[in-house]
Formats: sequence, C-alpha cells, structure tokens
Amino acid sequence: MKHIEIVTKKSLTKNHEIGCGECQASCQSACKTSCTVGNQACAKEEKINKTIKNED
Amino acid sequence: MVHTFTYKHNGKPLYFLWDIESGSLLNVDYVAFLCAKNKYAKEMTSLEMEDYNAISNESKAEILDEILELEKEGVLDAKPQYLTFNKSYKYLKAMCLHICHDCNMRCEYCFANEGTYNTERDYMSLEVGKKAIDLLLANCGIKKNLEVDFFGGEPLLNLDVVKGIVDYAKVEAEKRGKRFSFTMTTNCLLLNDDNIKWLNEEMDNVVLSIDGRRCVHDGVRKSPTGNPNFDVVLKNAIKFRKVRGDKRYYVRGTFTAKNLDFSEDILYLNDQGFDQISIEPVVLPNSHHLVIKDEHLPKICEEYDKLAESYIERRKGEKWFNFFHYMIDLDHGPCVNKRLTGCGAGTEYVAVSPIGEIYPCHQFVGEKEYLIGSVYDGIVNENIRERFSKNTVLAKEHCTDCPAKYYCGGGCAANAKNFTGKLEGQFEQGCILTRKRLENSLAIAYIEKQK
Repeated sequence: MKHIEIVTKKSLTKNHEIGCGECQASCQSACKTSCTVGNQACAKEEKINKTIKNED
Repeated sequence: MVHTFTYKHNGKPLYFLWDIESGSLLNVDYVAFLCAKNKYAKEMTSLEMEDYNAISNESKAEILDEILELEKEGVLDAKPQYLTFNKSYKYLKAMCLHICHDCNMRCEYCFANEGTYNTERDYMSLEVGKKAIDLLLANCGIKKNLEVDFFGGEPLLNLDVVKGIVDYAKVEAEKRGKRFSFTMTTNCLLLNDDNIKWLNEEMDNVVLSIDGRRCVHDGVRKSPTGNPNFDVVLKNAIKFRKVRGDKRYYVRGTFTAKNLDFSEDILYLNDQGFDQISIEPVVLPNSHHLVIKDEHLPKICEEYDKLAESYIERRKGEKWFNFFHYMIDLDHGPCVNKRLTGCGAGTEYVAVSPIGEIYPCHQFVGEKEYLIGSVYDGIVNENIRERFSKNTVLAKEHCTDCPAKYYCGGGCAANAKNFTGKLEGQFEQGCILTRKRLENSLAIAYIEKQK
C-alpha cells in the first residue's frame, strides 16, 4: 500500500478463546491504584517486554 | 471503530490509525490520516480541514481504496467480537493479605490513612493468615496458579507472620497440585541483609515504594516523627535491586500536583540503576492539597510525551528500562476474559483485613457496605460479588467508543466508586490519562519495531 503501513494486524482477534483464567490479577503487580490489563503477560505465552530486551 | 492519533518523534509527527475492535495498528502518511479522519467522522482542526480540501480527488480515491480493502479484511472498522460477557465469580485466584494496618511512614496522600484504613492499628495473626490460605485453596476450583500479595500498611512490620503464611501455603499447595506466586509491597525502610535474602528467595515480585527525587519523596513521605527518610529508602532499594538480579521487581512511586514534572522522577530512578519502574498519578478527594486537578491534565500529557522520547532513547543503550504503562505486547498480551473484566476485584481477587474480613479489593478494606465475608465464615455476601461480575467493560456505556477499553478492562472500580458514588461510574481523569499512555505505548512499539 502506498499510504498505509500495517504495524500489527488484528491482534485482538487472534485471541478467539475466552482464556484459561491463569493470567495475573493486575493489581498484584505494580499499579495498585489503577487498572491496567493490556500490559499483563499471558501466563502461557510469557512474552513480555523484558524478553524483548534479551532478544536484542 | 477507528481511533486516530498522532505522536511527535524527534520533532516530526507520526500518524496512526488504531482499530479498537481488531487491535490493528496502522502507520499512515498525512494525507491518508486526513482522509481517515474524514471517513470516520473525526473532528478536524481548521488547518487539517484546509489541508484535506487541498488533496486532489485522485489521491482521495486512491487512499479510500486502500482503506476499503483493509475494512474488507477486518483490519479497519472491524465489528465488535463480544457484545455481552458475564464474568464468573465462582472461583478465587488472587488474594491481597493486609498483613498489618500499621505503617512506619506517614505519607500525605495515603489512601489507607497512615496504613490504618480508618480502623484500629492491627496486625494479622498467623491463624488468620492460614485461614485465608485455606479459603483461597478451597475456592480456587481448577485454577492452578494462585497469587498472594502481602500488603499493608507496611508488611515488614509483621514479617514473622508473612514467613509463617508462606511456609504454610507452599505445603498446602503442594498437597493439592497448586502453585502460589507471592508478592510484597514495601516502603523499604526495614529492608536489611537477612530479609532481603528471604524476600529474594520467596517473593515472585517485590514492589519497592519510592517516589523519585529526594525533594519529591521527602516532600510527601515522612517518618512518624516528621523526619525525612529518602536516604534510607534509596539505599535499601538499591541494595535489594543488586541482589534481585533478573527476578521480578518494581520501583513504584506516586506523583501528585506537587511534581507534575514526574518524568524527571522516573529518569532519576533509572539513573539510580532501576530498570522496572512504575509511577502512578495520585488519586485523592478534590479537597486534598495534593490532588491532581483537571487543569493539570495537559501538563501531565506533555510530561508523558517527554517521558516517551527519553524512554525510546534510553532503551537503545545501557539505561534500558521498562515503564509499567508503556509496556504493551502488540502480538500477544492477555486473553479476552482479562481484557473484558479488568483486575478481577470482587470476583477472582479479594482482600483480607488483619482480622480476617474479606473485601472486593485492597481499596475497599474497611468499607463495611462492601464486606463480603470472613476467613472464618467464608464468602457470604454473593450479591456484592455478582455486582462486580457484571461490571465489565461491555456493560459500561462510557467505555463503548473508548480506544483503551481492551487495555484497562473498564478501569478501577474503587476509583469509580470514590468519584461518582457508583462502581459502574466513570473516573474521567483516569480515562484521559489511560488513553494518553496507550497512544504513547503504541507509538513507542511502532518506533521500536522500526529497528
């Protein structure tokens, strides 16, 4: 495409399954006064930004 | 729904389309950005409108073709996948144990009122702790990975009980084929060689509270005598960090109206050797002198932009670090269940007070109208849990068109209740900042992908 570059495609539709329910409760992490779930790692995939550092 | 936003990197604007329902992120040129804004009825500035009108019809048609092709693929303007969702509240997964309602600090912004939660200063007994573990194990169903967070007040004031609970939980979990993940949030004052060694071995995550620069930390976090404590906190936190190696930890601070230049605090903490950092906006009643007011929001958003540029730069070299709210995994991340239901407060996550009362989360402790049971009687008030289970992102009208809805899971119920009187209400200030952080994290992910 000339004008549009796809950075990531349909990332939310990849998760068709409702989920295993094993992921971390977000308030157990760093925030404690907000609700952030988008940056939680999947308990199965364990692919968080920290591993990206190691790949570098 | 398509959200359009810009991000300025090295002084040059980048243009993005973010498809809320599919999670597709597109980087576009300026003319495509204007055409998308026009197509999806986004408000344009007068300059943008002028520029849009100057685009040739041929170019507009070319761009529209590209957009329509992406719509056909479900990349843009995708239909919602889920219209209703009822969160199960049958099983527990995570528990916040208020190991003591006492603290050796007197922070001006503390939501727990000097660690007491408006109750008597109290310490959890080992008996209550064991009963809490029993309750979690009896109510976890098929969930294998369970979480216990040791919270306060200051949990190191009651460390012997924490140790007893950990020993007990590990034995009981093994009998049932479960696994506990332990975390602790500490203000660092009582950290020493012995307890650092123990925490490092037993805790899956340790959250170290420090607010950043000396003037900021000592300005709001005093010892009970009124003395400053920054030097002790920083020294102990650094000592812990050195021992911790690659295991999980966070330095976690709070910014208030007094330090709207909080990016300086984040970079300061990074300069001290910390690479996992979270700084949160304070949440206080409007009458409090440290409260963040609506007129502070433009400055805070500017500060998040400033932080993002330093963040990108530092992550290229020796000072690489994670900022909690800029972590985003575009290709994986949490499942649908998590995205729709948020932190799980009141459903899979509960908090236990020192005397064994059970509340939906740590921020509700002491509020009797939200009492859902006790470690002795079990969970008896299912009505409250049912109310939390229905409070999903899909049930909130104000979330419908929000680009961040699958990233905050509908926001913090305690904040909503405190500011609107209703669990289902909107803490608008929090929403604005969440959206800003999401936009920046998406732009950062794009820029880092270019490497």
